[in-house]
Amino acid sequence: MHAAHLDDQRRKEVLRQCLSVGIATGAYGISFGALSVAAGLDLWQTIALSALLFSGASQFAVVGIVATGGSGFAAVAASSLLGLRNGLYGLQMSRLLGVGGLRRLTAAQLTIDESTAVAVAQPEPAAQRLGFWGTGLSVFVFWNLMTIVGAVVGNALGDPRRFGLDAAAPAAFCALLWPRLRSRDARAVAAVAAVIALVVAPHAPAGIPVLVAALAAVVAGLLPVPEPRDGVDPGGPGSSPGEEPRE
Amino acid sequence: MTLWSTVLLASGFAFALKLLGYVVPHQVLDGLIVSRMTAMLPVALLSALVAVQTFTATGGGLSVDARAAGLAVAVTALLLRAPFLVVVILAAATTATLRALGLG
Repeated sequence: MHAAHLDDQRRKEVLRQCLSVGIATGAYGISFGALSVAAGLDLWQTIALSALLFSGASQFAVVGIVATGGSGFAAVAASSLLGLRNGLYGLQMSRLLGVGGLRRLTAAQLTIDESTAVAVAQPEPAAQRLGFWGTGLSVFVFWNLMTIVGAVVGNALGDPRRFGLDAAAPAAFCALLWPRLRSRDARAVAAVAAVIALVVAPHAPAGIPVLVAALAAVVAGLLPVPEPRDGVDPGGPGSSPGEEPRE
Repeated sequence: MTLWSTVLLASGFAFALKLLGYVVPHQVLDGLIVSRMTAMLPVALLSALVAVQTFTATGGGLSVDARAAGLAVAVTALLLRAPFLVVVILAAATTATLRALGLG
């Protein structure tokens, strides 16, 4: 869509990125499907989460909280807090895509980490739009297909703890968190949030520790902006804007 | 709250939040404090989720078990710039192997 200004080679290049991100992210739908069924959701509830909620971290939060016996309220609240960032992405994508009507609703549903990341990694607007739609659609298709596979196979295999699937979710969150830790502020917020969550965990119902830890972000927003100092690189390794996207 | 209402409410809020970005006037999130909070929120939440899901037992008490070893392997893989799927699979494999050996 809107990709008429791209020559064939650029178009193929962007589509290859879209597809590789779609497949890599989609494959991980297997662990979501398996974990969701293990948490006590049935096949249709699992499918509904992937098709309707369609935001990995929020989906894992929902099934994680349900699995540990947390309340539906805590699950919805954690999922929604994690989903706030999609609203922020939407703000950026809205300026880029300039769509209305049904297409705007579709764009909103496809607004996630991956589609936004591939879009903003492109230098020219036509490629940004292609990157958004291509990645959003391919992640949606693979993620939903693999969710079904995971839910069915996870069922057949029994306890996913045997396969270490309860370590797969925190590892996945860690991988999602990793690229966000380049600034000193972000590392401080991450450390404080983890400590708060673990301090609260033994004394509160499942899901609440994560919500309380979000206060770390609020406090970080309220703190005065530090003056930039000479010789301090706020980025760290790999944060140069010219870095090639990994495939 | 039934499981279905949890699923549908979470999905409804998720979509509303996504759509919000497309319908709010652009000035709303341009404030410095709000934009710093929204930038740090995913960091705080993801970090808290990693901590809770790795180090708490089913009842909410703290516990260091095979999942912690899985996470340590995941962090090592991330330091070595391993792709996402490799990180996740290595963490699961480590934890599964330790459990199969009767550890953690």
